[in-house]
Amino acid sequence: MLDLQDARTFPPEPLLPRPHRVSAVTVEAPSVVTLDMVPTDGDRPIRFRPGQIGMIGLPGVGEVPISFSSDPADTSMVSMTIRGVGAVTDALTGLQPDAAVGLRGPYGRAWPLGLTDDRDVLVIAGGLGMCPLRSLVTEAASRQGRLRSLSVLHGARTPSDLLFKVDLDAWRRRPEMKLFLTVDQPAADWTGEVGTVATLLDRAVVDPGNTLAMVCGPDVMLGVIGESLVTLGLGPGQVWVTMERNMKCAVGLCGHCQFGPFFLCKEGPVFGWEDVADLFRVSEV
Amino acid sequence: MERFVLDRSGLDTLIAALSSAGYRVLGPTIREGAIVYGDVAAAADLPVGWTDVQGPGSYRLQRRADDRCFGFVVGPHSLKTLLFPPRRTLWNATREDGEIRFIPSQPNDEPLAVVGVRSCELAAMAVQDHVLIGDRYQDPDYVARRSRLFVVAVDCTDPGETCFCTSMGTGPGSKSGFDLALVEVLDENGHRFVGRVGSDLGSDLLDKVPHLPASDADVKQVGRMVSDAGERMGRAIRTAGLQELLADHRDAARWDEVAERCLACGNCTQVCPTCFCTTTEDVASLDAAEASRSRRWDTCFSLDFSYMGGKPQRASIKGRYRHWLTHKLSTWINQFGESGCVGCGRCIVWCPVGIDLTEEVAAIRREVGADA
Repeated sequence: MLDLQDARTFPPEPLLPRPHRVSAVTVEAPSVVTLDMVPTDGDRPIRFRPGQIGMIGLPGVGEVPISFSSDPADTSMVSMTIRGVGAVTDALTGLQPDAAVGLRGPYGRAWPLGLTDDRDVLVIAGGLGMCPLRSLVTEAASRQGRLRSLSVLHGARTPSDLLFKVDLDAWRRRPEMKLFLTVDQPAADWTGEVGTVATLLDRAVVDPGNTLAMVCGPDVMLGVIGESLVTLGLGPGQVWVTMERNMKCAVGLCGHCQFGPFFLCKEGPVFGWEDVADLFRVSEV
Repeated sequence: MERFVLDRSGLDTLIAALSSAGYRVLGPTIREGAIVYGDVAAAADLPVGWTDVQGPGSYRLQRRADDRCFGFVVGPHSLKTLLFPPRRTLWNATREDGEIRFIPSQPNDEPLAVVGVRSCELAAMAVQDHVLIGDRYQDPDYVARRSRLFVVAVDCTDPGETCFCTSMGTGPGSKSGFDLALVEVLDENGHRFVGRVGSDLGSDLLDKVPHLPASDADVKQVGRMVSDAGERMGRAIRTAGLQELLADHRDAARWDEVAERCLACGNCTQVCPTCFCTTTEDVASLDAAEASRSRRWDTCFSLDFSYMGGKPQRASIKGRYRHWLTHKLSTWINQFGESGCVGCGRCIVWCPVGIDLTEEVAAIRREVGADA
């Protein structure tokens, strides 16, 4: 705790954004864009670890929590991949290159990359859940040789909703990586799987005792996948999920992101499944 | 600890001394039919000769038969109102040549002295300290206000109907967090205040106020008055096992029952001295050249609070009431190592339908057979 008697100066405002410029805009899918951003305050770009989040916003509009989706090794800029679903995200996804935005971060707990050595790493993403996993896959793939295997399961509503298609093509060509793609509603030319990512688990999990799964998607999907992986034999410390909640500060002060005893911005957004499994069995926690 | 006695006029001298020391002096005052914090230039500005009659969903001021200066308990305001105001501008932004400049607001470090602070208020302040300045990121405005605060506590000798601080371990006598603490005594020996010094700052201030040393009899008398008040308290929450009780029974039928009565108005969260949740609001000039973001108190009873990706996470009132009560009494302990409830009873009084959390907890205990 702060020593109040000695408080001659006060801590900096934790909700103060840093000015950034949008250096590139990539349309990923219908109403989903990736913004590449560089700071304009003369200081170095934000450094993050895969799974961490930032608060991005526009003055006069508002601010939302979004995970970083770029390669964490690229220290020249950061990216966020955003779907327009409300006032703030609609404004953000409508931005053009050179637009000015406010950004602050990183916040929260990252994916447990320290546990990946010699493991069969299984990355499972539903829809936009691919965003906080893209940076993870990029970094995990760069550790080639240290992992025993790396599999990516990505499900989406339709083929055009699959994210990061350039990366998917590159990952597909890598011999050490296995890529499973599935959609709920196939298009005429779709030759891949049909159904939820849960239907692919049997094939993706080869050696349950050695598998390390990292999952992101809507709550319903996390619940199903979490339970399924436990049923397949994955134990505590082997299943990790990342979550999303309303968030106004991302620094543990606003109270919005609570999930049972946890603040997503402090103890999350990445959780060990065993810590949250019970809460997933109750609605409206 | 230094003990002293002030006579009735000593209270005026104390207020004047605080003012001379550069503090803005605040204390309980009557406004719009309630006792709330306001500026106090002399003891006459306090609700002298008034009391508050409180019950579930009910708050009334009444004349007392005597001229006590602190013959009431707590009103809708708390120290939170002063240290963590309902609205604050966080920053202003200007847009020039396509670039944004963010300018943080200056923290408000006007020194405040608050007279008449109850022990539950001090307990609530300690709880907010842990939330707002106890971890990695701190609220600069709270730090500024908090570090310049001088507290003259007044221990309770007459609990209100909705008080339950004894069961929460937070009163009726103040334990820490004060610079000076008084007990008001009005008996055949006259009107006086038996006090304790709680800090060096308090000791320095007391040097400027004529006072007498307290006798052993004085100390014994006020000690008895305060402990008697603790025993006369009509309400209680049994805290043993409460953390697990609520965490383990999110499926109790009582949540459905209380949701039938709860209006989800959020009054309880606005008067609660520990509720800290805030939201942010942006305002922009018409040409969007300037904008500001402020934070304001929020309530977990609103649908907006949990809104995400097109829908609220807690759509039902049941989900929202359960979140509030479970946070206050259970998950708060996980997060901060203590309960979020100090037993002040404000949420009972200011609930328009008189929902009483002590009764809700007892009902859940009965339902799940944890009564023994």
